[in-house]
Amino acid sequence: MRFYEYESRRIVERAGIPVTEYGFCTMDAEAREVAERIDGPVVVKSQVLTGGRMKAGGVKFADTPGEAEAHARDILELEINGHMPRGVLVDPKAEVEQEYYAGVVWDGTAKRPLMLFSDMGGIDIEEVAEKHPDHVGRGHASNLLPISDFEAKQVIARTGVTGSALNRATPILARLARLFRDCDMTLAEINPLARLSDGSFVALDAHMEMEDEAKPRQRALLESELEIEPDDTRETYEPSEFERNVSAIDAADHRGVVQGRDHGFEGNLGLVIGAGGGSLTLTDAVRSQGGRPANYTEIGGNPSVSKASGLAKQVLMKDGVEKIAVMMSIVSNTRVDIVARGVIKACLELDRDPGETIAIFRIPGAWEEEGYKILDRYGVEYCDRSVSMWEAARRAVEKIQG
Amino acid sequence: MSILLNKEFTFIVQGITGREAVNLTRECLDYGSNVVGGVTPGRKGREVHGVPVFDTVEQAVEHHGGPVDGSVVTVPPAFTKDAVIEAIENGIGLIVIVTERIPRGDVAQMVELADMRGARIIGPNCLGLIVPGVCKMGGIGGPAVDAAKAYAPGPVGVMSRSGGMTTEISSSLTAAGLGVSTAISIGGDAIIGSTYAELMPLFEADPDTQAIVIYTEPGGRMEAQLAEWVTENNSRLPIVAFMAGKFMDDEEMKGMSFGHAGTIVEGEEDTATQKIARLEGAGIRVVERIDEIPEAVRERLGAPA
Repeated sequence: MRFYEYESRRIVERAGIPVTEYGFCTMDAEAREVAERIDGPVVVKSQVLTGGRMKAGGVKFADTPGEAEAHARDILELEINGHMPRGVLVDPKAEVEQEYYAGVVWDGTAKRPLMLFSDMGGIDIEEVAEKHPDHVGRGHASNLLPISDFEAKQVIARTGVTGSALNRATPILARLARLFRDCDMTLAEINPLARLSDGSFVALDAHMEMEDEAKPRQRALLESELEIEPDDTRETYEPSEFERNVSAIDAADHRGVVQGRDHGFEGNLGLVIGAGGGSLTLTDAVRSQGGRPANYTEIGGNPSVSKASGLAKQVLMKDGVEKIAVMMSIVSNTRVDIVARGVIKACLELDRDPGETIAIFRIPGAWEEEGYKILDRYGVEYCDRSVSMWEAARRAVEKIQG
Repeated sequence: MSILLNKEFTFIVQGITGREAVNLTRECLDYGSNVVGGVTPGRKGREVHGVPVFDTVEQAVEHHGGPVDGSVVTVPPAFTKDAVIEAIENGIGLIVIVTERIPRGDVAQMVELADMRGARIIGPNCLGLIVPGVCKMGGIGGPAVDAAKAYAPGPVGVMSRSGGMTTEISSSLTAAGLGVSTAISIGGDAIIGSTYAELMPLFEADPDTQAIVIYTEPGGRMEAQLAEWVTENNSRLPIVAFMAGKFMDDEEMKGMSFGHAGTIVEGEEDTATQKIARLEGAGIRVVERIDEIPEAVRERLGAPA
């Protein structure tokens, strides 16, 4: 789950990392009040969950409260990459001596949080790592032992930073690493971390992402402190009607799991496929052989007949879908006969001939004999494990393309 | 021979009274595995298919009367970390975590503790492992008769980020007359207990393993780690890889995860295209089609077709 900049600021602030006297505003008049309180030049920044806001005109400087109010009015109505802002952040224009980068990410291979620091802040850390590797310090943190300040100090010192800058930046990186661990973040970044003319350090921009799986136990932070509504899921795109309907079918019945996506798909062959790895393999197999999938799905954990039929119906009702292919890798938990019943029921309820509509049924495994008997009765072409997933996909593509 | 399991291997099931756990206990017993106890707090005194249930791992170990080799953990995500630590602290050396949707921080903690204690974790979000005809630990392959159908003994070690695909691939190796030495469903999450590269030394040391097949997906750096391991250790084992999820490289799929939590692409290196290049650079044969695997293995084994 991604956080807005104003929320990320709040998260670092509560971890004891210094931030500016910023204010979050949803109305232009509030922006004036914040600018008056700051009593100096300010920056007005659009609060959107997308990059490129500087280029799009979503960041503007103001010398007076009146100017800040005018900028806020414009920015609040400015759509950036299809996103309307949640509000604006009004920030004092800081007297920056130098910009640094402080970040913590997961290293999946080492299975530990990785602390990163650079004395070249304000730009993308990947770019610095590539062009100026000497300016990036790295170090792993333990998952179990307390994170000591010296670990952060070592990472910073690896970039050659010394003197008071080293001593001031050390607790900031250490606190960032602790908050990364405590708050189940997958990314915690301060960029830029600024050293001001008086030598103090302040987080000028922060970027945080939390692991979705950890949201239930971070409820106190999310709901009480940041006041984020539980249904504010912040998907990277708005779910389609198909995706919403499949989610509703899944939620209505606890038996088994069905998932569906159609973002980025617009073909004529509906896919009723599973499970995790099987769906990835089958989607590739259909596309590589010239097929055009209308969607992506995953069936798993032995769904009921009504759940399987609900999913198949949603796929069949999608615009442009001519036939469906029902395919899975060998199943041991999900029952073949139940999925067979489900997809046939879907066809019948939509007044479609199962034999015509189902291009191929390839689910081998548990209860397959029972399943194949049912499919025989309705004239549906099926195959067992002796026919590969690749070949099954080929047969489906051939049928739909004649 | 095989890796990790053998005929004498003993294990318990934590969360044994859950619906899925009851099934997998039955399947493992039918397959001939030694399930010596189960744990569900508050359910001491019950039995699951004749397996005694205890409140704690300590009691289960005590009842067995000696060290227990392994544990299959299938408890809800919020309780998994505690269950796994309980197993490790009671001297259990091999832990299979079936549970999915465990936060990464918890997984990383369990793995770090396992490393400190010399224990090994397989998973989370996996179906376990199987040595054909010898021992099945977890739901892998399903009921004993089905597992027997898909898994025949043979020279190929299988490692897969997808539980279902472990069986699909093994079944094709069995049908081709090749068979499997040990098959491991390593788990579909971003952080897992044992990666390909971490399991390779075991296969390398197993005289019965002559080739490796891996099933991989976009997301993470596990394949790059394997490529490095193979290059640095001059492995004797030919490897055949299959990469699923190539469609995720499309521009409109960026930032999404499909299939498993671990498939989230966080950088250019995580894409299918980059991974294939990395694996091929290390001399690993990456097949385009899933049905090419048995033939590619046969070629690499140098056995007559």
